[in-house]
Amino acid sequence: MRVIAAMSGGVDSAVAAARAVEAGHDVVGVHLALSANPQAYRSGARGCCTIEDSRDARRAADVIGIPFYIWDMAEEFRADVVENFISEYAAGNTPNPCLRCNEKIKFEAVLNRGIAMGFDAVVTGHYAQLRGSAEAPTLHRAVDHGKDQSYVLAVLTPEQIRHSLFPLGDTPKEEIRKEAERRGLSVANKPDSHDICFIPSGDNAGWLRDRLGVSEGPIVDEEGNRLGTHQGAFTYTIGQRKGLGISQPSDDGRARYVLKIEPVSNTVVVGAHEALAISTILGEKLRMCGPTPVGINRGFAQVRAHGAAIPCTYQFVGDGVTVTLDEPLHGLATGQAVVLYEDDRVVGSATVTATI
Amino acid sequence: MWCRKLRQESWRANLDVAMSTYLDHAATTPMSDAARRAMIDELGNLGNPSSLHASGRRSRKVVEEAREAIATAVGATPGEIVLTGSGTEANNLAIKGLYWKRIQEEPKNKRIISSSIEHHAVMDPIQWLVDHEGAEVTWISVNDRARLNVEELVAEIERDPQVALVSIMFANNEVGTLQPLDRVIEVAHKYGIPVHTDAVQAFGKVPLSFKELDVDAMTISGHKIGGPLGIGALIVKKSVNLTPVLHGGGQERDIRSGTLDTPAIRALGVAATEAAEQLSERALRMVELRRELTARVLAEVPDARANGDELALPGIAHFTFAGAEGDALLLLLDAQGIESSTGSACSAGVPRPSHVLLAMGMSEVDARASLRFSLGFSSTSQDVDALVSVIGGVVERARKAGQVSKR
Repeated sequence: MRVIAAMSGGVDSAVAAARAVEAGHDVVGVHLALSANPQAYRSGARGCCTIEDSRDARRAADVIGIPFYIWDMAEEFRADVVENFISEYAAGNTPNPCLRCNEKIKFEAVLNRGIAMGFDAVVTGHYAQLRGSAEAPTLHRAVDHGKDQSYVLAVLTPEQIRHSLFPLGDTPKEEIRKEAERRGLSVANKPDSHDICFIPSGDNAGWLRDRLGVSEGPIVDEEGNRLGTHQGAFTYTIGQRKGLGISQPSDDGRARYVLKIEPVSNTVVVGAHEALAISTILGEKLRMCGPTPVGINRGFAQVRAHGAAIPCTYQFVGDGVTVTLDEPLHGLATGQAVVLYEDDRVVGSATVTATI
Repeated sequence: MWCRKLRQESWRANLDVAMSTYLDHAATTPMSDAARRAMIDELGNLGNPSSLHASGRRSRKVVEEAREAIATAVGATPGEIVLTGSGTEANNLAIKGLYWKRIQEEPKNKRIISSSIEHHAVMDPIQWLVDHEGAEVTWISVNDRARLNVEELVAEIERDPQVALVSIMFANNEVGTLQPLDRVIEVAHKYGIPVHTDAVQAFGKVPLSFKELDVDAMTISGHKIGGPLGIGALIVKKSVNLTPVLHGGGQERDIRSGTLDTPAIRALGVAATEAAEQLSERALRMVELRRELTARVLAEVPDARANGDELALPGIAHFTFAGAEGDALLLLLDAQGIESSTGSACSAGVPRPSHVLLAMGMSEVDARASLRFSLGFSSTSQDVDALVSVIGGVVERARKAGQVSKR
């Protein structure tokens, strides 16, 4: 196959590209320029798409011996990922921009462009596995569960999955680093990326305040008693404990957590940890990675990229899904994605719209 | 198999240039055999041209003979040749050196006049002077064929003749348009303003004499004319004073310090001589090939548009393939073994629409849909055949890619 290897400049995508070459594919390396004004150097594990990253990707492509190009996706990324991130926060939700990027950029804009140009697939360094036939592959967790990234891929349609290759899913991360070293890829010891790539400072609240402005509002308890003032409800996330800025201790002296964010009244509701417990999740904006199971199903739900898989019962109804958890979960925000698994197969995902 | 086969071919291309179709001679062009032999021979010789002993004298003799050859080739005297490490360095020396000297003489001479289609090696040093040294700049516009609106420049000088320098390229590097330098020089000199020209693309392609042009400083580069990479020269009238950019051992009349690169200089001398002697023959062949290329590409892709002017460098063919994306065209042609360029600078590694095309009044979308094919003295009809055999399919695919893109 003719494939595009999306190369971030990190170790995973470099090894994935090398493995695709070895598997006999004709590989072209592509680095996505996602920032209109990239920083010169990356600082630590934060940020991405620096000029240094693009040079690292280019060097890896040279070592592997494949052509390499930079594709400017900055405008698409700004419109589909960054703006969406800001507007979701403004609406009181907690979006996951990595899912959004996979959905809109890597496996839509890049894949569509590649297919138009005569390529067959996109290969990435995500830790996930494809099984089954080439015509109808299914998406599964990586063997390295600690590194598994199937959660952020759960927005892919069967058609997109059919045009994807994830060559790293069968190998633990540590071995990928060793393999990179064996292959002479100088990115072998580059630190993993963390956090949100377009907020290199790591200060998500400050970054959002810069864009949405300061908007003072009350912090209240469950009875509506005012406990303090915040600078913008959008800078809080459900389950957050630190940085609430409440001087007055709770009656029982226990820590308070953000329970609810009400964007219209710009109110943050805080309370005890138990009050965060939820047992039912309602989701919409379904993305099915394979056939939609009918009736009531047993499986696992996961609500964070590296969160636990919680045993659950789920049922698809119309455009939505209802997930009933076997054991309660603490702190789930609307806007997050709930990903459903059948053993280690990704069934699909939904955006959380309500929790009970 | 597609790319793998190509990789093998491009690897072999290192041994045999004929294996790939190289249509990017404006970026760099192969070294001539004679220049390569001269350079390899000289790499085996010991000597710093500044040393006083026998080895130094031998090395200095090589440098001075090359300087004489370069001077003859560009129509200057040997004493006017200041050797540099690149065309970019020569441009920086001309612009910063002239600006600082002029400011020193008369602090009111703060304004630099240049064109909106200069190479970044001219634009960026000017912008740097504006950002850091209090200079002012006036960028003169061009018409839709990238030809300087020279009367606008004349009016600017007449409006306020307190100008540090004028820098206008001899010919544009992206679309090839020759610039009305005679008129620029005539008017600037009327007001005693020094003129610099970046002749990196023009030297060796069109007849050019430093003396007859009567320009004050002119940049040339080795690797665009069949000489080596890493060598260039600023040709400066002896009456023109420059403040040095590089300070050190006082080489090159104290204007450009740094140990002289004898092997590269010797090879540049050889290449410059060849370029001057074979100019008409090479230019005629390139013009013919360019005409053939343009006609046949337009026959394959009838709605493509050829950009530029009648008065242009012989080897540059520049097209807009509306609806396609330049970087998709580039990738697809590269995959077929055809090497071309979007001609635009990759600022920060991200392909940006060319400032030259935008200055010509092209929309950002059309600017992104443009591609440059540039011929050199080693180009052949087979190169054109190879391009023509794939361009139709490539443009079709790149247009499909353009359709799925949101831009």
